[in-house]
Amino acid sequence: MEYIIHISILISIYAILGLSLNLVVGFTGLLSVTQAAFYGIGAYVTAILLTSTGMNFFLALIIGMAITGVCSLAIGFVLSKFKDDYYALGSFGFNVIIYSIFLNWQSLTRGPLGIPGIPRPSLFGFTFSENVWFLALSIVLLILVYFICRFITGSSFGRVLKSIREDEGAISAFGYRTLWYKLAIFVISAMMASIAGSLFASYITFIDPSSFVLSESIFILAIIILGGLANNKGAVIGAACLILLPEILRFVGFPDDIAAQMRQVVYGVILVALMLYRPQGLIGEYRL
Amino acid sequence: MWKNREQMPILETKHITKHFDGVYAVNKLSINFEAGKITGIIGPNGSGKSTLINTLTGMIPIDSGEMIVAGAERLQRVKAHEVASYGMTRTFQDVRLFEQMPVIDNILVVLTERSIWKALFEKHGALHLEKAEEVLKKVGLWDKRDELAKNLSYGQRKLLEIARVLAMIHCGVGDINIIFLDEPFAGLFPEMIKIVTGVMKELRDQGKAVILIEHNMDLIRELSDHIYVLDSGELLAEGKPGDVLARKDVIEAYLGE
Ligand SMILES: Nc1ncnc2c1ncn2[C@@H]1O[C@H](COP(=O)(O)OP(=O)(O)O)[C@@H](O)[C@H]1O
Ligand SMILES: [Mg+2]
Repeated sequence: MEYIIHISILISIYAILGLSLNLVVGFTGLLSVTQAAFYGIGAYVTAILLTSTGMNFFLALIIGMAITGVCSLAIGFVLSKFKDDYYALGSFGFNVIIYSIFLNWQSLTRGPLGIPGIPRPSLFGFTFSENVWFLALSIVLLILVYFICRFITGSSFGRVLKSIREDEGAISAFGYRTLWYKLAIFVISAMMASIAGSLFASYITFIDPSSFVLSESIFILAIIILGGLANNKGAVIGAACLILLPEILRFVGFPDDIAAQMRQVVYGVILVALMLYRPQGLIGEYRL
Repeated sequence: MWKNREQMPILETKHITKHFDGVYAVNKLSINFEAGKITGIIGPNGSGKSTLINTLTGMIPIDSGEMIVAGAERLQRVKAHEVASYGMTRTFQDVRLFEQMPVIDNILVVLTERSIWKALFEKHGALHLEKAEEVLKKVGLWDKRDELAKNLSYGQRKLLEIARVLAMIHCGVGDINIIFLDEPFAGLFPEMIKIVTGVMKELRDQGKAVILIEHNMDLIRELSDHIYVLDSGELLAEGKPGDVLARKDVIEAYLGE
């Protein structure tokens, strides 16, 4: 049972990451692979505030979102100078930069040693120390993020995002300043990833830079490509599939260490197979 | 010289120039467009017709020259997202739709609010839907409203661009009164041509300046009040279609291609 709860918490966290990245990649057509950086900023801000000031988790979560928002605004602005493949490469670069900051700003992040002893959230005297309660919290936040995504993508604003994805030049000729739209969604998306980071830090109670490497961003991208670009449910389904798959491998008898490595191989294979046979993903509404 | 406001051109270009690596696509072009008139622009392929429109609508940067909107606003450089606020909208020769979006969304997206906040908290959804229905019915695409744009036939795609122009007239941005149509009839069946000519005449009668780039001389004769002939980015001739199309140099420019 503990095991199922653990997997479900991971799925919730990755579903939030998938939902957030889908806003940028699936709906707006900006191929960003820097989501793990924002996930990491959220996690680090939360970890540092909780361990050094004993601040309330929920306040730390909000401060994390604000700091991530500011960072993503700057990064999104620089990235707005790029198009298509260069955009992807530029975002790749930012993930590497943020990762090296986690690794090298040792006075703040303790670098490779990581930050241990991050407390679990508490609210009005109740502490989410039992995993089942932490799962409940994760699911509540997931639902919140899901409905915000649904609201955004179903709104007139969401329709403009899709038109930017389809033909940015044409939609600007009809009177839209597309830069503001791209920045807005990039920042919203980063702030959602920051929520996932706060949850992760407080759940595992330990973080180090290795959780926020570039391949993590690519994993998040794989989630939405599998589940389906520009489809909110797809992001959740994709997260469930990609988290469960290595577990299933383990279940059918692969040794633990091989199953862990298989995760990388499996999602690589899935990505290639999808691009070949089903570029819109399981229930996607858009092809890259 | 004193000019009556009614007769003042709604858009003037002064010495507009645009070159691509040594080729002058548009060379010191000064022409006028008037409200309530259909102005034809003709000329052989590559004579700079599309480039002219692309510079005027901010799709490509201009080298030099300026445009004067409504006799008042002098513009050297116009950004794409600003042209609507100067009252201009357009279609594209190489039909540019929002392909992986339903037909109805291709229309709604130009009807809705430009500000992010208002777009997030849309208040006029029902009104926009009504307008979308109106313009889609006008071009006969209402039945196709849920199809993705990319699944339309070529002619339907061109009609959807026309519908999008009509939707722009209803949107809250600027007072759209200058409409550029870049070869709107190319590849259309006769009944579709009838729809587009109908729309154009209606726009003209509403006092809009309609600018038509077209190769079909019968349509140019039928529709234009005034035409400009371009050749290698320069003005070769202008005047009433009947007069201009009879000119020897104009016929030669066309035959020469
Ligand atoms: N983006 C571009 N890059 C380079 N050359 C271009 C570009 N667009 C147009 N041209 C050139 O400019 C000239 C005018 O083209 P265009 O305006 O499309 O002509 P028309 O619409 O009258 O057929 C042509 O010689 C064309 O090759
Ligand atoms: Mg052309």
